[in-house]
Amino acid sequence: MSKRLFVKGNEAVAMGAIEAGCRFYFGYPITTQSDIPEYISREFPKVGGTFIQAESEIASINMLLGASACGERAMTSSSSPGISLKQEGISYMAGSELPGLIVNICRSGPGLGGIDASQADYFQSVKGGGHGGYHIIVLAPGSVQEMYDLTMLAFDLSDRYRVPAMILGDSVLGQMKEAMTPHPYEPPVDLPEKDWVVTGKGAHGGQRIVKSLYLGDGELEAHNWRLHAKYAELKEKEVRYEGVGLEDAELVVTAFGSTARIAKTAIRMARDEGLRVGLLRPITVFPFPEQAFLQATETAKRVLCIELNAGQMVQDVRLSVDRDAEVFFYGRPPGAGSLPTPEELLEQIRKYYKD
Amino acid sequence: MQQVFGHPASLKDVQTHFCPGCQHGTIHRLVAEAMDSFGVQDRTIGVASVGCSVFLYGYFDIDVVEAPHGRAPAVATGVKRARPDRIVFTYQGDGDLAAIGTSEIIHAANRGEAMTVIFVNNTTYGMTGGQMAPTTLPEQKTTTSPYGRDVEQAGHPIRMAELLTGLEGTAYSARVSVNSPKNILQAGRAIKKAFEMQIEGKGFAFIEVLSACPTNWGMNPLAANERVAEEMIPYFPLGVFKDNSEA
Ligand SMILES: Cc1ncc(C[n+]2csc(CCOP(=O)(O)OP(=O)(O)O)c2C)c(N)n1
Ligand code: SF4
Repeated sequence: MSKRLFVKGNEAVAMGAIEAGCRFYFGYPITTQSDIPEYISREFPKVGGTFIQAESEIASINMLLGASACGERAMTSSSSPGISLKQEGISYMAGSELPGLIVNICRSGPGLGGIDASQADYFQSVKGGGHGGYHIIVLAPGSVQEMYDLTMLAFDLSDRYRVPAMILGDSVLGQMKEAMTPHPYEPPVDLPEKDWVVTGKGAHGGQRIVKSLYLGDGELEAHNWRLHAKYAELKEKEVRYEGVGLEDAELVVTAFGSTARIAKTAIRMARDEGLRVGLLRPITVFPFPEQAFLQATETAKRVLCIELNAGQMVQDVRLSVDRDAEVFFYGRPPGAGSLPTPEELLEQIRKYYKD
Repeated sequence: MQQVFGHPASLKDVQTHFCPGCQHGTIHRLVAEAMDSFGVQDRTIGVASVGCSVFLYGYFDIDVVEAPHGRAPAVATGVKRARPDRIVFTYQGDGDLAAIGTSEIIHAANRGEAMTVIFVNNTTYGMTGGQMAPTTLPEQKTTTSPYGRDVEQAGHPIRMAELLTGLEGTAYSARVSVNSPKNILQAGRAIKKAFEMQIEGKGFAFIEVLSACPTNWGMNPLAANERVAEEMIPYFPLGVFKDNSEA
């Protein structure tokens, strides 16, 4: 399995999921991600998986809820408008402490918008897009290889914490092809046993209930505090990011996903000009790498946040940096032709760089 | 001496929260008796919906997953596909199944999901305080049809059992009522049949149960029960509309 392959980002997600033991897929077609259900519907019969093309995104997230309640590794995938429809089910899964993978290959909006890459679903993804005040684990790959690797990781983190996980990609990452090396999935040895799944009570003695309704005095508050303790634990233990050249950086550039790829090229160009510019790329956008930003800005006092939206992650950056650091933003709301060029970003770097 | 009547094992020995004269309790008992008669309590997974029946895990002594409003057939699809050897049922009200969840029920039936659906039709949204449901009868007053349901404006009551009968995937569809001892016996038989269909792998089985909501109808339990006979049954005829058990 160590042969390099030339694959599409969406296919890499599907391959990673199958390798990680996911055998249940429920989804509904929408452009920028339809390669995922297409790939899975083709490959699942070979591994004994169950594929259902549901009647809607709402139905598919709830099918995922049901399969997950039975302890199975299960997933759904969609793109922005479909993720909006799934929010009801995601909130219920968060409330019921059910693991499961939701893939969002974002396109531009609001509304029907367009099918170009977008990062305008950042708030929706990391702030709990549904009701009730919850979080899910959100991983933002920056390459086809990471689409594969992080899909596996998403299942593990989701199972470990009983928190739904999302792969937050976009149509550039989903549609582009690049070299990737598949590798065997290695399950963590210490994943907790799923001692909460419904199986019919005969299999485990007492009755088991998977639910999110808590009406007793103080019950819901206690339940919510427990959920929030998990989010705190995630922040402490499961943060992932890529840092390049932060040691001597005068200016820290931050971006995630496909935007970070363009930023990397711009940073290389800036370095060629002798500008000491570093990159801090969040890989987990929830939990957000707060400490990494604090650390990086103890020396570098300037941060430039680049996003393919009008400014969302920049708010988390501002909350995380050293109090003396200045945070600048450059972004464009998504739409055809709005993907920034490296030259365009280099200009921004020059503008905000001070030696 | 032979005992001919007792407490079903699948039902916990606790008091329910239902209003006096509410028939959810009777229907719970019939479902429990069906599980007992096939000895499937230990391998049954119930899917609770939103409405007055949401607490069914407090009454049934079985594993339960709770679904969002209307989505029980989708949740049950996930459960049944993950555990095809288990018995899976949903228990849904008319607001749940015939309004917000119409899409989910139609498509679960159409796929022929091997599950049993207990559909409690009381012509109103009970839990939220008696608003108009898709099953509310013409001229019936509710808190959101204070002058009586105007079918010109609000459409006609939906007959779900007949609607689902037309789908290929539906293996069994019946409408029963629990307003008289005779009808209760008949309802019990139909509910058993709907479980048997699943146990024998025949496919999607649907039971619509006409039920009283005395509280929101503003009637005493006896008058509410009479309303079922005099107003509901004429619009929602009882009977078996489809039975593929020999197929
Ligand atoms: C998405 C959503 N919309 C609305 C509600 C509010 N709600 C709770 S129960 C209910 C109606 C239930 O009526 P029905 O299904 O007929 O059951 P009954 O209470 O009559 O047994 C509604 C609208 C909700 N919980 N979720
Ligand atoms: S409100 Fe109606 S349906 Fe709900 S418990 Fe009371 S009588 Fe039963």
